[in-house]
Amino acid sequence: MATVSVRQYHRGGFSFENCKRNALLEADINKLGFSSPAARKTGTTICGVVYKDGVVLGADTRATEGMVVADKNCSKIHYISPNVYCCGAGTAADTEMTTQIISSNLELHSLSTGRLPRVATANRMLKQMLFRYQGYIGAALVLGGVDSTGPQLYSIYPHGSTDKLPYVTMGSGSLAAMAVFEDRYKPNMEEEEAKRLVRDAIAAGIFNDLGSGSNIDLCVITKGKVDYLRPHDVANKKGVREDKINGRPETGNYRYKHGTTGVLTKAVTPLNLEVVEESVQTMDTS
Amino acid sequence: MREGAVNRYTLKNAGLFQPNFGAKKWTNPSTTIIAVTFDGGVVLGSDSRVSAGESVVNRVMNKLSPLHDQIYCALSGSAADAQTIAEIVNYQLDVHSIEVEDDPLVCSAATLVKNISYKYKEELSAHLIVAGWDRKKGGQVYATLNGLLSRQPFAIGGSGSFYINGFVDAEYRKNMTRRESQEFVVNALTLAMGRDDSSGGVAYVVTIDKDGAEEKCVLGNELPTFFDE
Repeated sequence: MATVSVRQYHRGGFSFENCKRNALLEADINKLGFSSPAARKTGTTICGVVYKDGVVLGADTRATEGMVVADKNCSKIHYISPNVYCCGAGTAADTEMTTQIISSNLELHSLSTGRLPRVATANRMLKQMLFRYQGYIGAALVLGGVDSTGPQLYSIYPHGSTDKLPYVTMGSGSLAAMAVFEDRYKPNMEEEEAKRLVRDAIAAGIFNDLGSGSNIDLCVITKGKVDYLRPHDVANKKGVREDKINGRPETGNYRYKHGTTGVLTKAVTPLNLEVVEESVQTMDTS
Repeated sequence: MREGAVNRYTLKNAGLFQPNFGAKKWTNPSTTIIAVTFDGGVVLGSDSRVSAGESVVNRVMNKLSPLHDQIYCALSGSAADAQTIAEIVNYQLDVHSIEVEDDPLVCSAATLVKNISYKYKEELSAHLIVAGWDRKKGGQVYATLNGLLSRQPFAIGGSGSFYINGFVDAEYRKNMTRRESQEFVVNALTLAMGRDDSSGGVAYVVTIDKDGAEEKCVLGNELPTFFDE
């Protein structure tokens, strides 16, 4: 079972040494009236589907920090190995680091075996690491790839359980995306049909879930080829501001053109005024 | 089964970090699993629903996990804990069977499961029923709830099992035939899935005898129907 790994996991499960310190820090910060920084989550829609020649993975591109969008175009489809990619939902840092650690260990493993890595191997490594941390690493992943045993798709939950299925969705928009899949999934679809299905599922998540938005990224993995389509579909294009009035570039010009409002009647009444008193007050410019 | 079922002791140490996905307080395992001995082997059965909070995340999960060629275990409770135990014991049985140069006994498999369940009983919330066939004692069923090891003629587990305790007590007979015990298992699962909201989907049935293990999946519309008005 010995593998060549860069990171030596320390034996004996999660180290709770810092939890007490963290709790004290949080209490101190709250006393001063500040709130501790919220972990940036990728309230997300990610999904994957197995079709005739391989798998299609899809993800939206919004990263949220509380109720504010932190990144409008973040990349949620992570590279694991040339034939295996992984979408991540949950805490952004956790998904990023977990996939990088496993990608690095998988490369060493593949050099040691002399073979292209298998999806099941990546699945085992991810689930064993997440189980060891008992759910405290908030990474919910959709892992897909093609290897010598065929195309495979796994969903991996933060506590370390995995499901091997033909179509999976994860993230806050997973219910919307699953609704699309349950309606239109068929086994052994063609590539275009599968891409359209994944695109529609992510779009359902983007438009019906507050935590998902912006563009749709796709990753099509087949035997020997990977198409990383980023962005595949710009579902939310930013509007263009009116900033050239009469040829003069002006930002934020809120003047309307003559004739925007129709004039119905016009009545001019001259006022006869007499100048009664005139006084000048100088400004103090000393 | 529940994704992210969290024991009350681990919640105490939660600190700043809350697991995102449906971390619930310790609840009863949510499944229906059953294992029955018959004359010449055992039959195991399970439903197929995995829930996280209020939504079903996998409606076709096979909870009957092979530990060895003729030894299976039925998983219930926290999905992560149960899957991990089954995979660890699968590995340990592999090594054991190579060392003794023979097929392992069901009792050995059950003891390995029991050892993990007992040692980590505060941290884990999963219940596995181990059943299989070996040359020494034929078909056997072992319950390993909370670290207890108990050999029984039949065993039920999971949240759905509470609804069928009366049914199995009344209907079980010793030395049923293979056919009869498969029907008994499917009937029990159907009744439990009909009443328990956290069990459902399809029914997986595995029959193990001296010739090996036979896996079968009974789809929802093929399940027997009972009084339902």
